Amino acid sequence: MTKHENERKRTFLLITIPILALFICFNTIPLIRGAMYSFTNSRGFGSHDWVGLRNYIDLFSDARVGKSYLFTIKLAIVTTIVVNVLSLILALGLNSKIRAKGFFRGAYFLPNILGALVVGYIFNYFFTYIVPALADMTGMQGLSSSILSSPNKAWIGVMIVCAWQAIAMNTIIYISGLQTVPEDVYEAGGLDGATGWKQFKHLTFPLIIPFFSINMVLCVKNFLMVFDQIIALTKGGPAQSTESISYLIYNNGMSGGQFGFQSANAVVFFIVIVVISVAQMKFSSSKEEQL
Amino acid sequence: MKQTSTVGKSNKTVLVLLILGLSTIIFPLYMTVVIAFKQPSEMTNSISGILSLPKVWSLQNFREAMEVTDFWNSLKNSLLISGLTVGLSILIHSLMGYTLGRNKSNKFYNFVYLFIVSGMFVPFAILMMPLAKQTAEMGLANWFGVILLYVVFYMPMNIMLYSGYLTNIPLALEEAARVDGASTWLTYWKIIFPIMKPMHATVAVITALAVWNDVMTPLIIMAGSSENTLPLAQLNFQSQFGTNYNLAFASYLLSLIPILVFYLICQKQILNGVVNGAVK
Repeated sequence: MTKHENERKRTFLLITIPILALFICFNTIPLIRGAMYSFTNSRGFGSHDWVGLRNYIDLFSDARVGKSYLFTIKLAIVTTIVVNVLSLILALGLNSKIRAKGFFRGAYFLPNILGALVVGYIFNYFFTYIVPALADMTGMQGLSSSILSSPNKAWIGVMIVCAWQAIAMNTIIYISGLQTVPEDVYEAGGLDGATGWKQFKHLTFPLIIPFFSINMVLCVKNFLMVFDQIIALTKGGPAQSTESISYLIYNNGMSGGQFGFQSANAVVFFIVIVVISVAQMKFSSSKEEQL
Repeated sequence: MKQTSTVGKSNKTVLVLLILGLSTIIFPLYMTVVIAFKQPSEMTNSISGILSLPKVWSLQNFREAMEVTDFWNSLKNSLLISGLTVGLSILIHSLMGYTLGRNKSNKFYNFVYLFIVSGMFVPFAILMMPLAKQTAEMGLANWFGVILLYVVFYMPMNIMLYSGYLTNIPLALEEAARVDGASTWLTYWKIIFPIMKPMHATVAVITALAVWNDVMTPLIIMAGSSENTLPLAQLNFQSQFGTNYNLAFASYLLSLIPILVFYLICQKQILNGVVNGAVK
């Protein structure tokens, strides 16, 4: 028996060590190196000096960085709300007794499997040529020029493209949530007069809160890290109005000579993501306990 | 759901709304297809000029797009990277998920589990600049480096999935094999690995979709290698399309076809995999 125990222990250790080493090499070490660069004035090449907290101090007074945080957070909040409302409605529709249910579910999921970059390019054309042409035809003045070229409206274009793909994902998760609600809950609720909106608010929604939490976490995290859609639609423009945090770090850090400064930005971004994720998990687990 | 008398009627309304809603998905795809098949001369500035069906369904744009974007080479790279990443993920992540999942009571393994899983919070933005340097220093600024990075990036998520699935598999199975004198290593591959098949499918689907569509990792790691993946080729050759949108759309459509075919064939597995991955 002890011979077996030893063999088992040794095998587990021999499995863990190389895989853990791989993880440390390409996740932990670059993370630490990134944090170290944030205290230097590195431009990505050549020599660099330690500058202490200079980058962090500059970060909080940098208008461009501030703007990118405002844009990213605004985009994440608005898109999360839009996506969750629409997916919930769509999921209720797709979960009702309809014909060709499988076909509809499959079709509505389609946007999610397509690459965000190419989807972004297709919508770029749609916003630049189709929407203005349609607006001219129907006489809608406000849309006769591309929304992507307006600093005030470009974020809406990004929002629509993000939502178009995310709705597919969230809907499928809500459907699997709705399928966990047993039929007799509705029957019992129906006897108490709970139908329509009342039924949804008091019966259905509380039962699918775990799925709502999953969707919130998925949405917020994905939208805060938005990158592909930006590069395909606006490249951060016009007038840097749609520069997401990831895009700014990539653009100025990789080729803009701000390696050290953007490393500090990335460290702050990392902390923001961790704080939001932990807060969301605490919040949703406390919600679930209440039930 | 509702009173029986209204069931038929309300469901018809839902059906009509669902069909209308479908236009938001079909329209962009329709637009892509018709523009991809047309010649620039057919594209007038009016809506009907852009959206009408092409006069001739010619494959000329596709031929040209394949040349401009080095399509077959990019497709080969995408298939190679996605295929190897999925294969390695199933082998390595399941093994690690098993090891960590079976040793949760041990402090060291529990720490390793939490350490790796917390890697989920690390945004790529903080890793990309150091990784660009590191992979270049290590001679890994190529497709192989990209695969290694994917195996590391998807490790937290997949290990969580595998070790969660493991709680459903009774220890008795392994103990029986041990009594017969089989080693832990052999027991894993002969008994546990095949039992985890449903989880392999989930991991394969979510990893494959994420890798196939990813732009950022190859963009940063393979920038100097003159090799492309399918999405990266769209980005890198964007400027060469110029204002020839027909050529550009032919290229977009080409890059979407493999995943569309994959979806048509394995739609059920994909939907199941995606839901399992998110809900578990």
